[in-house]
Amino acid sequence: MAFLHATAHASAPAIDNAAKKRSLTPYLLLLPGMVWLIGFFVLPIATLASTSTMTRPDGAAVGTYVQSLRFQNYLDAFSANKDQFFRSFIYAGIATLLALAIAYPLAYMIAFKAGKMRSFLLVLVVAPFFTSFLLRTIAWTQILGDEGPVVSFLKALPFFSNDIRLTSTPFAVVSGLTYNFLPFMTLPLYASLERIDPRTLEAAGDLYANGLTTFRRVTVPLSMPGIVAGTLLTFIPAAGDYVNAYLLGNPNTRMIGNVIDSRFFAIVDYPTAAALSFTLMAAILILVTLYIRKSGTDELV
Amino acid sequence: MITNTLPPAPMPTLSHRASRWFARNLIRIYAALAFIYLFIPVAYTFAFSFNDAGKSNLIWKGFTLDNWKNPCGAPEVCSALGNSLKIGLISTILATILGTMIAFALSRYRFKGRSAINLLIFLPMATPEVVLGASLLAMFLNFRINPGMTTIIIAHVMFCISFVVVTVKARIASLDPRLEQAAMDLYANERETFRYVTLPLVMPGIAGAALLSFSLSFDDFIITNFNSGTVATFPKFVYVSAARGIPAQANVIGSSMFFIALFIVVAGQIIGRRRKAR
Repeated sequence: MAFLHATAHASAPAIDNAAKKRSLTPYLLLLPGMVWLIGFFVLPIATLASTSTMTRPDGAAVGTYVQSLRFQNYLDAFSANKDQFFRSFIYAGIATLLALAIAYPLAYMIAFKAGKMRSFLLVLVVAPFFTSFLLRTIAWTQILGDEGPVVSFLKALPFFSNDIRLTSTPFAVVSGLTYNFLPFMTLPLYASLERIDPRTLEAAGDLYANGLTTFRRVTVPLSMPGIVAGTLLTFIPAAGDYVNAYLLGNPNTRMIGNVIDSRFFAIVDYPTAAALSFTLMAAILILVTLYIRKSGTDELV
Repeated sequence: MITNTLPPAPMPTLSHRASRWFARNLIRIYAALAFIYLFIPVAYTFAFSFNDAGKSNLIWKGFTLDNWKNPCGAPEVCSALGNSLKIGLISTILATILGTMIAFALSRYRFKGRSAINLLIFLPMATPEVVLGASLLAMFLNFRINPGMTTIIIAHVMFCISFVVVTVKARIASLDPRLEQAAMDLYANERETFRYVTLPLVMPGIAGAALLSFSLSFDDFIITNFNSGTVATFPKFVYVSAARGIPAQANVIGSSMFFIALFIVVAGQIIGRRRKAR
Protein backbone atom coordinates (compact mmCIF):
# COMPACT_ATOMS: atom_id res chain seq x y z
CA MET A 1 0.00 0.00 0.00
CA ALA A 2 2.96 2.25 -0.53
CA PHE A 3 1.25 3.98 -3.39
CA LEU A 4 -1.33 5.38 -1.03
CA HIS A 5 1.39 7.41 0.49
CA ALA A 6 3.70 7.63 -2.47
CA THR A 7 2.96 11.28 -2.98
CA ALA A 8 2.38 12.21 0.60
CA HIS A 9 4.62 14.20 2.84
CA ALA A 10 7.80 15.14 1.08
CA SER A 11 9.51 16.10 4.29
CA ALA A 12 8.93 14.95 7.82
CA PRO A 13 8.02 17.47 10.46
CA ALA A 14 11.16 18.20 12.40
CA ILE A 15 10.94 17.07 15.95
CA ASP A 16 12.98 19.42 18.01
CA ASN A 17 14.58 17.17 20.56
CA ALA A 18 15.17 14.00 18.58
CA ALA A 19 16.26 15.36 15.24
CA LYS A 20 18.93 17.72 14.05
CA LYS A 21 21.75 16.15 15.94
CA ARG A 22 24.87 15.06 14.24
CA SER A 23 25.77 11.61 15.39
CA LEU A 24 26.71 8.28 13.98
CA THR A 25 23.21 6.86 14.47
CA PRO A 26 21.76 7.80 11.06
CA TYR A 27 24.72 6.33 9.26
CA LEU A 28 24.46 3.10 11.22
CA LEU A 29 20.75 2.93 10.42
CA LEU A 30 21.41 3.52 6.74
CA LEU A 31 24.41 1.27 6.37
CA PRO A 32 22.94 -2.24 5.90
CA GLY A 33 20.17 -1.15 3.52
CA MET A 34 22.50 1.01 1.49
CA VAL A 35 25.07 -1.78 1.25
CA TRP A 36 22.28 -4.01 -0.09
CA LEU A 37 21.11 -1.44 -2.64
CA ILE A 38 24.63 -0.63 -3.80
CA GLY A 39 25.63 -4.28 -3.99
CA PHE A 40 22.49 -5.56 -5.66
CA PHE A 41 21.20 -2.57 -7.60
CA VAL A 42 24.03 -0.14 -8.43
CA LEU A 43 26.69 -2.78 -9.00
CA PRO A 44 24.45 -4.92 -11.24
CA ILE A 45 23.53 -1.86 -13.31
CA ALA A 46 27.25 -1.11 -13.68
CA THR A 47 27.85 -4.72 -14.71
CA LEU A 48 25.05 -4.39 -17.22
CA ALA A 49 26.68 -1.28 -18.66
CA SER A 50 29.98 -3.08 -18.91
CA THR A 51 28.41 -6.19 -20.47
CA SER A 52 26.67 -4.07 -23.09
CA THR A 53 29.92 -3.20 -24.87
CA MET A 54 31.40 -6.70 -24.82
CA THR A 55 31.96 -8.93 -27.82
CA ARG A 56 32.40 -12.63 -28.30
CA PRO A 57 35.93 -13.54 -29.42
CA ASP A 58 36.19 -15.68 -32.53
CA GLY A 59 35.85 -19.35 -31.72
CA ALA A 60 34.95 -18.79 -28.05
CA ALA A 61 32.24 -20.89 -26.43
CA VAL A 62 28.63 -19.75 -26.37
CA GLY A 63 28.11 -17.28 -23.55
CA THR A 64 31.76 -16.20 -23.33
CA TYR A 65 32.23 -12.48 -23.83
CA VAL A 66 35.14 -10.14 -23.34
CA GLN A 67 35.21 -6.40 -22.88
CA SER A 68 36.05 -4.57 -26.08
CA LEU A 69 34.21 -1.26 -25.57
CA ARG A 70 32.16 -1.79 -28.68
CA PHE A 71 29.54 0.96 -28.46
CA GLN A 72 28.32 -0.08 -31.88
CA ASN A 73 26.43 -2.79 -29.94
CA TYR A 74 23.88 -0.16 -28.97
CA LEU A 75 23.21 0.92 -32.53
CA ASP A 76 23.03 -2.68 -33.71
CA ALA A 77 20.71 -3.71 -30.90
CA PHE A 78 18.48 -0.69 -31.35
CA SER A 79 18.17 -0.86 -35.11
CA ALA A 80 17.43 -4.59 -35.01
CA ASN A 81 14.70 -4.10 -32.42
CA LYS A 82 13.32 -0.63 -32.95
CA ASP A 83 9.85 -1.96 -33.78
CA GLN A 84 9.64 -3.71 -30.42
CA PHE A 85 10.92 -0.57 -28.73
CA PHE A 86 8.31 1.70 -30.23
CA ARG A 87 5.64 -0.92 -29.67
CA SER A 88 6.51 -1.11 -25.98
CA PHE A 89 6.17 2.63 -25.56
CA ILE A 90 2.98 2.83 -27.61
CA TYR A 91 1.29 -0.10 -25.86
CA ALA A 92 2.35 1.17 -22.44
CA GLY A 93 1.18 4.69 -23.35
CA ILE A 94 -2.26 3.51 -24.49
CA ALA A 95 -2.61 1.25 -21.45
CA THR A 96 -1.68 4.15 -19.16
CA LEU A 97 -4.31 6.43 -20.72
CA LEU A 98 -6.96 3.70 -20.52
CA ALA A 99 -6.06 2.98 -16.90
CA LEU A 100 -6.32 6.69 -16.12
CA ALA A 101 -9.75 6.84 -17.76
CA ILE A 102 -10.95 3.87 -15.74
CA ALA A 103 -9.25 4.73 -12.46
CA TYR A 104 -9.98 8.45 -12.19
CA PRO A 105 -13.76 8.17 -11.84
CA LEU A 106 -13.29 5.13 -9.61
CA ALA A 107 -10.89 6.97 -7.30
CA TYR A 108 -13.13 10.07 -7.38
CA MET A 109 -16.14 8.00 -6.38
CA ILE A 110 -14.28 6.37 -3.49
CA ALA A 111 -12.87 9.70 -2.29
CA PHE A 112 -16.04 11.79 -2.48
CA LYS A 113 -19.12 9.59 -2.74
CA ALA A 114 -18.41 6.42 -0.81
CA GLY A 115 -19.04 7.66 2.73
CA LYS A 116 -18.49 4.89 5.23
CA MET A 117 -17.73 2.37 2.48
CA ARG A 118 -14.44 4.11 1.67
CA SER A 119 -11.94 1.80 3.30
CA PHE A 120 -13.88 -1.28 2.24
CA LEU A 121 -13.89 -0.13 -1.39
CA LEU A 122 -10.17 0.60 -1.20
CA VAL A 123 -9.58 -2.96 -0.06
CA LEU A 124 -11.62 -4.10 -3.05
CA VAL A 125 -9.33 -2.14 -5.38
CA VAL A 126 -6.26 -3.92 -4.02
CA ALA A 127 -7.92 -7.30 -3.52
CA PRO A 128 -7.50 -8.68 -7.08
CA PHE A 129 -3.77 -8.22 -6.52
CA PHE A 130 -3.82 -11.05 -4.04
CA THR A 131 -4.65 -13.60 -6.71
CA SER A 132 -1.41 -14.16 -8.58
CA PHE A 133 -1.22 -11.79 -11.54
CA LEU A 134 -0.19 -14.68 -13.77
CA LEU A 135 -3.34 -16.58 -12.85
CA ARG A 136 -5.44 -13.53 -13.63
CA THR A 137 -3.70 -12.99 -16.95
CA ILE A 138 -4.25 -16.64 -17.84
CA ALA A 139 -7.89 -16.22 -16.83
CA TRP A 140 -8.09 -13.39 -19.39
CA THR A 141 -6.58 -15.62 -22.08
CA GLN A 142 -9.40 -18.08 -21.44
CA ILE A 143 -12.17 -15.48 -21.09
CA LEU A 144 -11.10 -13.76 -24.32
CA GLY A 145 -10.05 -17.04 -25.96
CA ASP A 146 -11.48 -18.46 -29.17
CA GLU A 147 -13.88 -20.74 -27.30
CA GLY A 148 -14.47 -18.26 -24.51
CA PRO A 149 -17.73 -16.47 -23.70
CA VAL A 150 -16.79 -13.09 -25.19
CA VAL A 151 -15.87 -14.41 -28.62
CA SER A 152 -18.95 -16.66 -28.74
CA PHE A 153 -21.11 -13.66 -27.93
CA LEU A 154 -19.47 -11.47 -30.57
CA LYS A 155 -19.82 -14.22 -33.18
CA ALA A 156 -23.55 -14.39 -32.47
CA LEU A 157 -23.86 -10.70 -33.33
CA PRO A 158 -24.44 -9.93 -37.01
CA PHE A 159 -21.68 -7.34 -37.48
CA PHE A 160 -18.68 -9.52 -36.67
CA SER A 161 -17.25 -12.10 -38.99
CA ASN A 162 -16.96 -15.66 -37.77
CA ASP A 163 -13.20 -15.73 -37.64
CA ILE A 164 -12.99 -12.90 -35.13
CA ARG A 165 -10.26 -13.37 -32.54
CA LEU A 166 -9.46 -11.43 -29.42
CA THR A 167 -6.44 -13.24 -28.04
CA SER A 168 -3.18 -13.03 -29.98
CA THR A 169 -4.02 -9.44 -30.91
CA PRO A 170 -2.58 -6.07 -29.87
CA PHE A 171 -6.00 -5.38 -28.36
CA ALA A 172 -5.59 -8.27 -25.92
CA VAL A 173 -2.05 -7.22 -24.96
CA VAL A 174 -3.07 -3.62 -24.27
CA SER A 175 -6.13 -4.78 -22.29
CA GLY A 176 -3.96 -7.09 -20.24
CA LEU A 177 -1.51 -4.27 -19.47
CA THR A 178 -4.36 -1.93 -18.56
CA TYR A 179 -5.92 -4.50 -16.29
CA ASN A 180 -2.75 -5.56 -14.52
CA PHE A 181 -1.60 -2.10 -13.55
CA LEU A 182 -4.99 -0.57 -12.73
CA PRO A 183 -4.52 -0.63 -8.93
CA PHE A 184 -1.16 1.16 -9.35
CA MET A 185 -3.12 3.96 -11.01
CA THR A 186 -6.10 3.99 -8.67
CA LEU A 187 -4.31 4.17 -5.31
CA PRO A 188 -2.17 7.30 -5.87
CA LEU A 189 -5.14 9.00 -7.55
CA TYR A 190 -7.26 8.21 -4.52
CA ALA A 191 -4.52 9.42 -2.16
CA SER A 192 -4.41 12.85 -3.77
CA LEU A 193 -8.17 13.19 -4.37
CA GLU A 194 -8.87 12.24 -0.78
CA ARG A 195 -6.77 15.16 0.43
CA ILE A 196 -8.87 17.69 -1.47
CA ASP A 197 -11.11 19.62 0.89
CA PRO A 198 -14.67 19.23 -0.49
CA ARG A 199 -15.26 22.84 0.47
CA THR A 200 -12.89 23.99 -2.29
CA LEU A 201 -15.22 22.28 -4.78
CA GLU A 202 -18.23 23.93 -3.15
CA ALA A 203 -16.46 27.27 -3.27
CA ALA A 204 -15.93 26.84 -7.01
CA GLY A 205 -19.67 26.20 -7.35
CA ASP A 206 -20.48 29.27 -5.28
CA LEU A 207 -18.33 31.27 -7.66
CA TYR A 208 -20.59 30.14 -10.52
CA ALA A 209 -18.30 27.49 -11.94
CA ASN A 210 -20.33 24.65 -13.43
CA GLY A 211 -19.45 21.02 -12.76
CA LEU A 212 -17.14 20.71 -15.73
CA THR A 213 -15.28 23.93 -14.98
CA THR A 214 -14.87 22.97 -11.34
CA PHE A 215 -13.48 19.64 -12.40
CA ARG A 216 -11.13 21.12 -14.96
CA ARG A 217 -9.92 24.11 -12.97
CA VAL A 218 -9.99 22.81 -9.39
CA THR A 219 -10.17 19.02 -9.08
CA VAL A 220 -7.69 18.06 -11.79
CA PRO A 221 -4.97 20.56 -10.76
CA LEU A 222 -5.30 19.56 -7.12
CA SER A 223 -5.04 15.87 -7.98
CA MET A 224 -2.01 16.39 -10.23
CA PRO A 225 0.48 14.66 -7.88
CA GLY A 226 -1.73 11.57 -7.97
CA ILE A 227 -2.03 11.69 -11.75
CA VAL A 228 1.75 11.94 -12.10
CA ALA A 229 2.47 9.15 -9.61
CA GLY A 230 -0.25 6.91 -11.04
CA THR A 231 0.78 7.32 -14.68
CA LEU A 232 4.42 6.63 -13.78
CA LEU A 233 3.58 3.59 -11.67
CA THR A 234 1.56 2.26 -14.61
CA PHE A 235 3.74 3.29 -17.53
CA ILE A 236 7.11 2.10 -16.20
CA PRO A 237 6.18 -1.51 -15.43
CA ALA A 238 3.96 -1.70 -18.52
CA ALA A 239 6.80 -0.61 -20.83
CA GLY A 240 9.09 -3.31 -19.48
CA ASP A 241 6.49 -6.07 -19.20
CA TYR A 242 6.66 -9.15 -21.35
CA VAL A 243 4.20 -11.47 -19.65
CA ASN A 244 1.11 -9.92 -21.22
CA ALA A 245 2.71 -9.84 -24.65
CA TYR A 246 3.68 -13.50 -24.28
CA LEU A 247 0.40 -14.82 -22.92
CA LEU A 248 -2.10 -12.58 -24.73
CA GLY A 249 -0.21 -11.65 -27.89
CA ASN A 250 1.40 -13.17 -30.97
CA PRO A 251 4.91 -12.85 -32.49
CA ASN A 252 3.88 -9.49 -33.97
CA THR A 253 3.02 -8.00 -30.61
CA ARG A 254 6.35 -8.76 -28.98
CA MET A 255 7.61 -5.98 -26.76
CA ILE A 256 11.14 -5.06 -25.78
CA GLY A 257 10.89 -7.16 -22.61
CA ASN A 258 10.31 -10.27 -24.72
CA VAL A 259 13.40 -9.48 -26.77
CA ILE A 260 15.59 -8.97 -23.69
CA ASP A 261 14.29 -12.21 -22.19
CA SER A 262 14.93 -14.26 -25.31
CA ARG A 263 18.35 -12.64 -25.96
CA PHE A 264 19.36 -13.67 -22.47
CA PHE A 265 17.98 -17.17 -22.31
CA ALA A 266 17.24 -18.48 -25.79
CA ILE A 267 20.08 -16.85 -27.73
CA VAL A 268 22.59 -16.32 -24.89
CA ASP A 269 23.53 -12.97 -26.40
CA TYR A 270 24.27 -11.06 -23.20
CA PRO A 271 25.73 -7.88 -24.77
CA THR A 272 22.65 -7.25 -26.90
CA ALA A 273 20.33 -7.98 -23.97
CA ALA A 274 22.37 -5.63 -21.80
CA ALA A 275 22.43 -2.87 -24.43
CA LEU A 276 18.67 -3.15 -24.87
CA SER A 277 18.06 -3.11 -21.10
CA PHE A 278 20.27 -0.09 -20.71
CA THR A 279 18.58 1.75 -23.54
CA LEU A 280 15.17 0.96 -22.06
CA MET A 281 16.21 2.20 -18.64
CA ALA A 282 17.73 5.38 -20.04
CA ALA A 283 14.70 6.08 -22.23
CA ILE A 284 12.35 5.63 -19.30
CA LEU A 285 14.43 7.77 -16.95
CA ILE A 286 14.59 10.58 -19.51
CA LEU A 287 10.84 10.41 -20.11
CA VAL A 288 10.14 10.34 -16.37
CA THR A 289 12.39 13.32 -15.68
CA LEU A 290 10.86 15.40 -18.49
CA TYR A 291 7.38 14.43 -17.37
CA ILE A 292 7.97 15.31 -13.73
CA ARG A 293 9.53 18.64 -14.73
CA LYS A 294 6.64 19.46 -17.02
CA SER A 295 3.93 18.59 -14.53
CA GLY A 296 5.73 20.50 -11.82
CA THR A 297 5.60 17.95 -9.02
CA ASP A 298 8.74 17.00 -7.20
CA GLU A 299 6.94 15.32 -4.34
CA LEU A 300 7.50 11.84 -5.67
CA VAL A 301 9.88 10.36 -3.15
CA MET B 1 -21.88 -0.52 -2.45
CA ILE B 2 -23.92 2.26 -4.07
CA THR B 3 -25.28 4.63 -1.48
CA ASN B 4 -27.39 7.57 -2.41
CA THR B 5 -26.63 10.71 -0.48
CA LEU B 6 -28.39 13.47 -2.37
CA PRO B 7 -28.24 16.72 -0.46
CA PRO B 8 -31.65 18.45 -0.55
CA ALA B 9 -30.73 21.26 -2.90
CA PRO B 10 -33.54 23.10 -4.67
CA MET B 11 -33.48 22.34 -8.39
CA PRO B 12 -35.19 24.57 -10.90
CA THR B 13 -36.87 22.06 -13.19
CA LEU B 14 -37.69 18.40 -13.21
CA SER B 15 -35.55 17.62 -16.24
CA HIS B 16 -32.67 19.49 -14.70
CA ARG B 17 -33.12 17.45 -11.56
CA ALA B 18 -33.23 14.20 -13.50
CA SER B 19 -30.06 15.04 -15.35
CA ARG B 20 -28.35 16.05 -12.13
CA TRP B 21 -29.43 12.78 -10.53
CA PHE B 22 -28.10 10.88 -13.50
CA ALA B 23 -24.84 12.83 -13.38
CA ARG B 24 -24.51 12.13 -9.70
CA ASN B 25 -25.10 8.42 -10.06
CA LEU B 26 -23.27 7.98 -13.31
CA ILE B 27 -20.00 7.88 -11.44
CA ARG B 28 -21.32 5.18 -9.12
CA ILE B 29 -22.48 3.09 -12.06
CA TYR B 30 -19.09 3.61 -13.69
CA ALA B 31 -17.28 2.59 -10.50
CA ALA B 32 -19.47 -0.50 -10.13
CA LEU B 33 -18.55 -1.50 -13.70
CA ALA B 34 -14.87 -0.90 -12.93
CA PHE B 35 -15.12 -3.20 -9.91
CA ILE B 36 -16.79 -5.89 -12.01
CA TYR B 37 -13.95 -5.57 -14.53
CA LEU B 38 -11.38 -5.89 -11.71
CA PHE B 39 -13.00 -9.01 -10.33
CA ILE B 40 -13.89 -10.94 -13.50
CA PRO B 41 -10.58 -12.86 -13.67
CA VAL B 42 -10.58 -13.42 -9.90
CA ALA B 43 -14.07 -14.93 -10.10
CA TYR B 44 -12.99 -16.96 -13.11
CA THR B 45 -9.93 -18.31 -11.29
CA PHE B 46 -12.09 -19.18 -8.29
CA ALA B 47 -14.76 -20.90 -10.41
CA PHE B 48 -12.18 -22.98 -12.27
CA SER B 49 -10.67 -24.15 -8.98
CA PHE B 50 -13.76 -26.40 -8.81
CA ASN B 51 -13.23 -27.75 -12.31
CA ASP B 52 -12.99 -31.52 -12.63
CA ALA B 53 -10.30 -31.08 -15.25
CA GLY B 54 -7.31 -33.12 -14.21
CA LYS B 55 -4.03 -31.69 -15.46
CA SER B 56 -5.19 -29.19 -18.04
CA ASN B 57 -7.65 -26.68 -16.66
CA LEU B 58 -8.75 -25.06 -19.92
CA ILE B 59 -12.38 -26.05 -20.44
CA TRP B 60 -15.15 -26.56 -17.89
CA LYS B 61 -15.70 -30.28 -17.39
CA GLY B 62 -17.82 -30.48 -14.26
CA PHE B 63 -17.94 -29.52 -10.62
CA THR B 64 -15.69 -31.19 -8.06
CA LEU B 65 -14.34 -30.45 -4.60
CA ASP B 66 -11.34 -32.75 -5.11
CA ASN B 67 -8.93 -29.91 -5.92
CA TRP B 68 -9.77 -28.17 -2.67
CA LYS B 69 -9.63 -31.39 -0.64
CA ASN B 70 -6.24 -32.25 -2.05
CA PRO B 71 -4.41 -29.07 -3.04
CA CYS B 72 -1.13 -30.99 -3.31
CA GLY B 73 -2.65 -33.39 -5.84
CA ALA B 74 -0.32 -31.83 -8.36
CA PRO B 75 2.94 -32.14 -6.38
CA GLU B 76 4.92 -29.64 -8.45
CA VAL B 77 2.35 -26.95 -7.55
CA CYS B 78 2.93 -27.50 -3.86
CA SER B 79 6.71 -27.53 -4.01
CA ALA B 80 6.61 -24.29 -6.04
CA LEU B 81 4.24 -22.81 -3.46
CA GLY B 82 6.57 -23.88 -0.65
CA ASN B 83 9.48 -22.14 -2.36
CA SER B 84 7.44 -18.99 -2.86
CA LEU B 85 6.32 -18.90 0.77
CA LYS B 86 9.86 -19.43 2.00
CA ILE B 87 11.27 -16.74 -0.32
CA GLY B 88 8.44 -14.37 0.56
CA LEU B 89 8.91 -14.81 4.29
CA ILE B 90 12.70 -14.38 4.35
CA SER B 91 12.67 -11.47 1.88
CA THR B 92 9.90 -9.73 3.80
CA ILE B 93 11.70 -9.96 7.14
CA LEU B 94 14.99 -8.70 5.69
CA ALA B 95 13.45 -5.94 3.56
CA THR B 96 11.20 -4.73 6.38
CA ILE B 97 14.09 -4.45 8.84
CA LEU B 98 16.47 -2.74 6.40
CA GLY B 99 13.78 -0.46 4.96
CA THR B 100 12.42 0.58 8.37
CA MET B 101 15.92 1.51 9.52
CA ILE B 102 16.41 3.67 6.43
CA ALA B 103 12.99 5.26 6.91
CA PHE B 104 13.83 6.26 10.49
CA ALA B 105 17.21 7.62 9.47
CA LEU B 106 15.65 9.70 6.70
CA SER B 107 12.81 11.09 8.78
CA ARG B 108 14.52 11.66 12.12
CA TYR B 109 18.06 12.75 11.37
CA ARG B 110 19.82 15.36 9.34
CA PHE B 111 22.95 14.23 7.58
CA LYS B 112 24.94 14.75 4.44
CA GLY B 113 24.10 12.91 1.24
CA ARG B 114 20.37 12.82 1.87
CA SER B 115 19.37 13.53 -1.71
CA ALA B 116 21.72 10.85 -3.02
CA ILE B 117 20.07 8.36 -0.69
CA ASN B 118 16.60 9.46 -1.75
CA LEU B 119 17.65 8.92 -5.35
CA LEU B 120 18.98 5.47 -4.53
CA ILE B 121 15.62 4.60 -2.94
CA PHE B 122 13.66 5.99 -5.88
CA LEU B 123 15.64 4.48 -8.77
CA PRO B 124 14.78 0.79 -8.21
CA MET B 125 11.09 1.73 -8.26
CA ALA B 126 11.55 3.65 -11.52
CA THR B 127 13.47 0.86 -13.23
CA PRO B 128 11.51 -1.72 -15.23
CA GLU B 129 11.62 -5.19 -13.71
CA VAL B 130 13.18 -6.68 -16.80
CA VAL B 131 16.18 -4.36 -16.37
CA LEU B 132 16.50 -5.16 -12.66
CA GLY B 133 16.34 -8.87 -13.41
CA ALA B 134 18.74 -8.75 -16.35
CA SER B 135 21.29 -6.61 -14.51
CA LEU B 136 21.37 -8.88 -11.46
CA LEU B 137 21.77 -11.93 -13.63
CA ALA B 138 24.56 -10.22 -15.57
CA MET B 139 26.36 -9.61 -12.30
CA PHE B 140 25.82 -13.13 -10.97
CA LEU B 141 27.10 -14.58 -14.24
CA ASN B 142 30.07 -12.26 -14.08
CA PHE B 143 30.99 -13.49 -10.60
CA ARG B 144 30.19 -17.09 -11.62
CA ILE B 145 27.45 -17.38 -9.01
CA ASN B 146 24.84 -19.98 -9.90
CA PRO B 147 21.32 -18.58 -9.66
CA GLY B 148 19.07 -20.30 -7.13
CA MET B 149 17.17 -19.75 -3.91
CA THR B 150 19.73 -17.28 -2.48
CA THR B 151 19.87 -15.12 -5.58
CA ILE B 152 16.06 -14.95 -5.68
CA ILE B 153 15.97 -13.75 -2.07
CA ILE B 154 18.74 -11.20 -2.74
CA ALA B 155 16.74 -9.82 -5.67
CA HIS B 156 13.45 -9.72 -3.77
CA VAL B 157 14.92 -7.90 -0.77
CA MET B 158 16.47 -5.39 -3.17
CA PHE B 159 13.19 -4.41 -4.86
CA CYS B 160 11.13 -4.54 -1.64
CA ILE B 161 13.37 -2.17 0.36
CA SER B 162 12.28 0.96 -1.52
CA PHE B 163 8.60 0.18 -1.03
CA VAL B 164 9.16 -0.39 2.71
CA VAL B 165 11.03 2.92 3.03
CA VAL B 166 8.26 4.87 1.27
CA THR B 167 5.48 3.26 3.31
CA VAL B 168 7.14 3.55 6.73
CA LYS B 169 8.37 7.09 6.03
CA ALA B 170 4.83 8.20 5.24
CA ARG B 171 3.63 6.71 8.53
CA ILE B 172 6.38 8.44 10.54
CA ALA B 173 5.60 11.73 8.82
CA SER B 174 1.93 11.46 9.77
CA LEU B 175 2.67 11.08 13.50
CA ASP B 176 1.67 13.87 15.83
CA PRO B 177 5.01 15.19 17.21
CA ARG B 178 3.25 16.28 20.39
CA LEU B 179 2.87 12.65 21.49
CA GLU B 180 6.64 12.21 21.64
CA GLN B 181 7.09 15.57 23.32
CA ALA B 182 4.52 14.54 25.91
CA ALA B 183 6.47 11.35 26.61
CA MET B 184 9.66 13.39 27.04
CA ASP B 185 7.83 15.83 29.32
CA LEU B 186 6.84 12.85 31.44
CA TYR B 187 10.52 12.03 31.95
CA ALA B 188 10.80 9.23 29.43
CA ASN B 189 14.30 9.18 28.00
CA GLU B 190 14.93 8.91 24.29
CA ARG B 191 15.07 5.14 24.28
CA GLU B 192 11.89 4.75 26.31
CA THR B 193 10.07 7.25 24.13
CA PHE B 194 11.06 5.29 21.08
CA ARG B 195 10.20 1.93 22.62
CA TYR B 196 6.84 2.84 24.19
CA VAL B 197 5.54 5.70 22.03
CA THR B 198 7.15 6.01 18.61
CA LEU B 199 7.52 2.37 17.67
CA PRO B 200 3.94 1.34 18.59
CA LEU B 201 2.62 4.31 16.63
CA VAL B 202 4.69 3.44 13.56
CA MET B 203 3.85 -0.27 13.83
CA PRO B 204 0.80 -0.19 11.52
CA GLY B 205 3.02 1.34 8.84
CA ILE B 206 5.64 -1.36 9.34
CA ALA B 207 2.97 -4.07 9.22
CA GLY B 208 1.56 -2.57 6.03
CA ALA B 209 5.05 -2.46 4.53
CA ALA B 210 5.65 -6.10 5.46
CA LEU B 211 2.35 -7.15 3.89
CA LEU B 212 3.21 -5.20 0.76
CA SER B 213 6.68 -6.74 0.58
CA PHE B 214 5.28 -10.21 0.96
CA SER B 215 2.72 -9.73 -1.79
CA LEU B 216 5.33 -8.14 -4.10
CA SER B 217 7.71 -11.01 -3.47
CA PHE B 218 5.11 -13.74 -3.69
CA ASP B 219 3.71 -12.41 -6.96
CA ASP B 220 6.94 -11.45 -8.66
CA PHE B 221 7.68 -13.24 -11.87
CA ILE B 222 10.00 -11.25 -14.14
CA ILE B 223 12.90 -10.61 -11.75
CA THR B 224 12.54 -14.11 -10.31
CA ASN B 225 12.59 -15.70 -13.73
CA PHE B 226 15.95 -14.09 -14.46
CA ASN B 227 17.57 -15.09 -11.18
CA SER B 228 16.02 -18.42 -10.23
CA GLY B 229 18.09 -20.95 -12.15
CA THR B 230 16.20 -24.21 -11.81
CA VAL B 231 14.20 -23.25 -8.72
CA ALA B 232 10.47 -23.04 -9.44
CA THR B 233 8.38 -20.43 -7.65
CA PHE B 234 4.61 -20.40 -7.84
CA PRO B 235 4.37 -17.66 -10.53
CA LYS B 236 7.18 -19.29 -12.49
CA PHE B 237 5.39 -22.64 -12.37
CA VAL B 238 2.18 -21.02 -13.62
CA TYR B 239 4.01 -19.25 -16.45
CA VAL B 240 5.89 -22.33 -17.59
CA SER B 241 2.83 -24.57 -17.57
CA ALA B 242 0.53 -21.93 -19.12
CA ALA B 243 0.86 -23.32 -22.63
CA ARG B 244 -0.32 -26.83 -21.81
CA GLY B 245 -2.86 -25.67 -19.23
CA ILE B 246 -2.25 -25.27 -15.53
CA PRO B 247 -3.56 -27.80 -13.00
CA ALA B 248 -6.70 -26.75 -11.12
CA GLN B 249 -4.75 -26.94 -7.84
CA ALA B 250 -2.97 -23.75 -8.90
CA ASN B 251 -6.38 -22.06 -8.96
CA VAL B 252 -7.07 -23.41 -5.47
CA ILE B 253 -3.84 -21.84 -4.23
CA GLY B 254 -4.49 -18.55 -6.04
CA SER B 255 -8.00 -18.35 -4.59
CA SER B 256 -6.83 -19.26 -1.08
CA MET B 257 -4.16 -16.56 -1.19
CA PHE B 258 -6.89 -14.11 -2.21
CA PHE B 259 -9.13 -15.01 0.73
CA ILE B 260 -6.28 -15.16 3.26
CA ALA B 261 -4.94 -11.75 2.23
CA LEU B 262 -8.43 -10.26 2.19
CA PHE B 263 -9.01 -11.64 5.68
CA ILE B 264 -5.72 -10.18 6.99
CA VAL B 265 -6.44 -6.74 5.52
CA VAL B 266 -10.04 -6.59 6.75
CA ALA B 267 -9.07 -7.91 10.21
CA GLY B 268 -6.29 -5.30 10.35
CA GLN B 269 -8.75 -2.55 9.53
CA ILE B 270 -11.22 -3.71 12.19
CA ILE B 271 -8.50 -3.90 14.84
CA GLY B 272 -7.26 -0.45 13.81
CA ARG B 273 -10.77 0.96 14.08
CA ARG B 274 -11.34 -0.57 17.53
CA ARG B 275 -8.06 0.91 18.75
CA LYS B 276 -9.09 4.30 17.47
CA ALA B 277 -12.46 4.03 19.19
CA ARG B 278 -10.85 3.27 22.53
